[in-house]
Amino acid sequence: MINSIIFILLWAGAIAFFAWNIKKISRNIKLGRDIEIKDNKKKRWGLVLKIAVGQSKMMKLPISGILHVLVYAGFILVNIEMLEVMIDGVAGTHRILASIFGFLYPIAISSFEFFALFVMIGCIAFLSRRNVMKVDRFWKPEMKWWPRLDANLILITEVVLMTSIFIMNASDYILQTRGVEHYHEVGSFLLSSFFVPMLQNLPSETLILIERTCWWLHIVGIMIFLNYIPYSKHFHVFLSFFNVYYSKLEPVGKLANMPSITTEVKSMLTGEEPPMDEDGEVEAFGAQDVKELTWKHLMDSYTCTECGRCTAVCPANLTGKLLSPRKVMMDIRDRLELVGKNIDKNGPDFTDEKSLFDSISAEELWACTTCNACTNACPVNIDQVSSILELRRYIVMEQAAAPSELNAIFSNIENNGAPWQFAQDDRMLWADELYMNEK
Amino acid sequence: MPENKRKIEVPVMADLFDKGDKPEYLLWVGSAGAFDDRYKKVTRAFVKILTHLNISYAVLGIEEDSSGDVARRAGNEMLFQMQAMMNIETMNAYEVKKILTCDPHAFNTLKNEYSDYDGNYEVIHHTQFLQQLIAEGKLSINSDIYKDKTLTYHDPCYLGRANGEYDAPRDVLNAIPSKKVEMKRNKSNALCCGAGGGQMFKEAEKGDKEVFIERIEEALETKPDIVVTACPYCMVMMTDGLKYKNKEEEIKNYDIAELIEQSLEL
Repeated sequence: MINSIIFILLWAGAIAFFAWNIKKISRNIKLGRDIEIKDNKKKRWGLVLKIAVGQSKMMKLPISGILHVLVYAGFILVNIEMLEVMIDGVAGTHRILASIFGFLYPIAISSFEFFALFVMIGCIAFLSRRNVMKVDRFWKPEMKWWPRLDANLILITEVVLMTSIFIMNASDYILQTRGVEHYHEVGSFLLSSFFVPMLQNLPSETLILIERTCWWLHIVGIMIFLNYIPYSKHFHVFLSFFNVYYSKLEPVGKLANMPSITTEVKSMLTGEEPPMDEDGEVEAFGAQDVKELTWKHLMDSYTCTECGRCTAVCPANLTGKLLSPRKVMMDIRDRLELVGKNIDKNGPDFTDEKSLFDSISAEELWACTTCNACTNACPVNIDQVSSILELRRYIVMEQAAAPSELNAIFSNIENNGAPWQFAQDDRMLWADELYMNEK
Repeated sequence: MPENKRKIEVPVMADLFDKGDKPEYLLWVGSAGAFDDRYKKVTRAFVKILTHLNISYAVLGIEEDSSGDVARRAGNEMLFQMQAMMNIETMNAYEVKKILTCDPHAFNTLKNEYSDYDGNYEVIHHTQFLQQLIAEGKLSINSDIYKDKTLTYHDPCYLGRANGEYDAPRDVLNAIPSKKVEMKRNKSNALCCGAGGGQMFKEAEKGDKEVFIERIEEALETKPDIVVTACPYCMVMMTDGLKYKNKEEEIKNYDIAELIEQSLEL
C-alpha cells in the first residue's frame, strides 16, 4: 500500500517536473519569429516515418547508424515492459501480466531481454567510440567537458538501466523456484538466466532486496532519465520527430525569402511609397539574436544532438577553419537557454545587451560556402545554412560590416551588373569572332 | 573568315523581338559565362552545340544582369532582390518561358528563387539539356578521342545537393566513349570546390588548407586525364588546384559542354 502511494507520488512528481521543463522549452522556441508551416501534411508525415522513425539518414554512416538503431529501437521496445511495471507499481501486484499471457509471458520477457542486450551493446560501443577510439567528431573544440560528459552520462545511465533489468529478472527467477511468497511462478527468462549462477547462493532475503532495489532503480532511473533529457542534448529523442515534420520541403538550394525587403525593393523600383507596417514595427534585416531567428531555427538548435556529422563533412571545418555547423547550433541553443532564464528571472522585456555574435564570430560565418553538405548529413534535418545566412544578413544589412572584398563585388553588381569590374556593355564580347566547323 | 568555318551570330532577344520572333529558349549566359576568360570558352562551346542542333534560342546580351546569387548568399538580400526583379522584368517583357544555362548557381536562383517575385520559368541546366538530347537520339557521339582517357566528374553543389541533379551530367559522360572513375566523395557526399556562398571573391578564412586543394587531391586519387566540371566556379577552383599541384600540363579541366564540342569536332 505504502509502496503504491510512493510509486504514484514519484511518477506524479516526475511527470509534472518534465511537463514544466517542456513548457519552458516550448516557450523558448516560440520566442522565435513566427513563420507558418502548414502545407503538405501528407509529405511531412512521410518524412517523419522515413527519417525520424525509419532513421534513414542515420544509415549514411552505417556503423553508427546500425548501433543507433539498436539503442533506439531496443529502448522503445524494452519500455513496453514499463506498462506492466506501471500496473504493478500502482496496484501493488507482481508481474500481473504473467497470469494473462501465460506461456507467452516468459517469451515476451525474454525478447525484452534481447532488446536490453542490444541497447547495452550499442551503448558500450558508443562509449568506446567516444572515449577509447576517440572518433574525431566527438573531440572537436566545441565538444568541451559538458557536451562530452552529457553524452557519457546518458550512455552510462542506459547501461545501468539495462543491467538492472537482467539482475532483477535473474533474482526473480531464483525466488520463484524457491517458492518465496509474492514471487509466483512465471517461467524462466532467456538472457538473465546467465546471471542466475552468480546469485543463487544468496539467501532469499538478500535476493528480495536485490530484486526490489533493481525494480526501484529501473523505475526511478527512468524518471531521472526523463527529467534529465530536457537539460541535455538528448532532447532529440522527442524533438527530432517534430523537427523532421517541419523540414524544409523546397529545393535544398532555395534560400528563405525576405518579404519585408521585397516591399522595399518594389517601392525603390517603382518610386512608390512603401505601405506602412500594420503595427509600425521595424523588423530587423537578418538576425543578431535568437528572437530574430524563426521558431524553426530555434527548434533546430534544440533538436541538435551534437553528433557532429555536419561538422565532419563541412569543407571549411575539414580544412581547418573555425566554422563548425554543430557549434553554430549549440551556440544558438545555449544563447536561447540563457535568454529564457533571463526572462524567467527578470520578465519578458529584459535584455542583457548580448547577442549571438558574442559566441559566433564573423570569421566562422564567412567561412561557409553554402554547399549544404551539413544539411545533407544531418540525421534530423536541421538547416544549419539557413541560420548562418540569417546572421550574415544582419552583418551585411544592419551592421554594414561585410568583408571588404564582398563589399567590392556588391558595388560591382550594383554598378555594372556583374561581380567583376567589367562594363555591362561588354557582356556580349564572348560572342565576337565565334566560328564553328562547317558540318 | 577562317576556311571551312561558319560564323555564328549569336541571336539576341531584343533583335528577335523587334522582328516579331520568339525563340524557344533563353540562354542565360551568366556573369562568369560572359566575363571569365576560361568560362567564356564553355559558353562558346555550348552555343556551338545549340547552333549545330538548330536549337531555337537567344541571349539577353547587354540586357542580362547579375542573377544576384552571390549577393544573396553573401547576405545582401536587398541587392539580390533588386537584381532578381530587374532580370524578371526584362525576361517577362520577352515572355521568356524556358531558360538554358551553364551555371548551376544561376540555375538554382532562376529556378527556385525568382518565383517569389513573379519570375516563373522552366530552367534547364546545360547538362540536363544535353542529357535530354542524347536520350531523344538528337545527339549522339561516335568520336573516340576520349576512348583511352580517364574522366572524373566533380559535382557542383548547386546542381547536386541543392537540386538533386546527379544523373544528368553522368548520363552525358556515359554517352562519351571514355573511362569514368568516381571520386571517393561523390554525388550527395561530394566535397564543395570551396567557391560558393561568396568565397570565390574573397580570401579564405584562416585554416590549414584551401578547400580546392583538398578537392583536387581527391580528384587526383582517381588518376584522371580530365577533371570534368559543370560550373564556372568549380572550373576556376579545379583549374587552380591543378596548377597548385603542377599538373595543369598533363591533366585537363573541361566542362561537359566542351567535351561534347570536342567530340562533335565543332
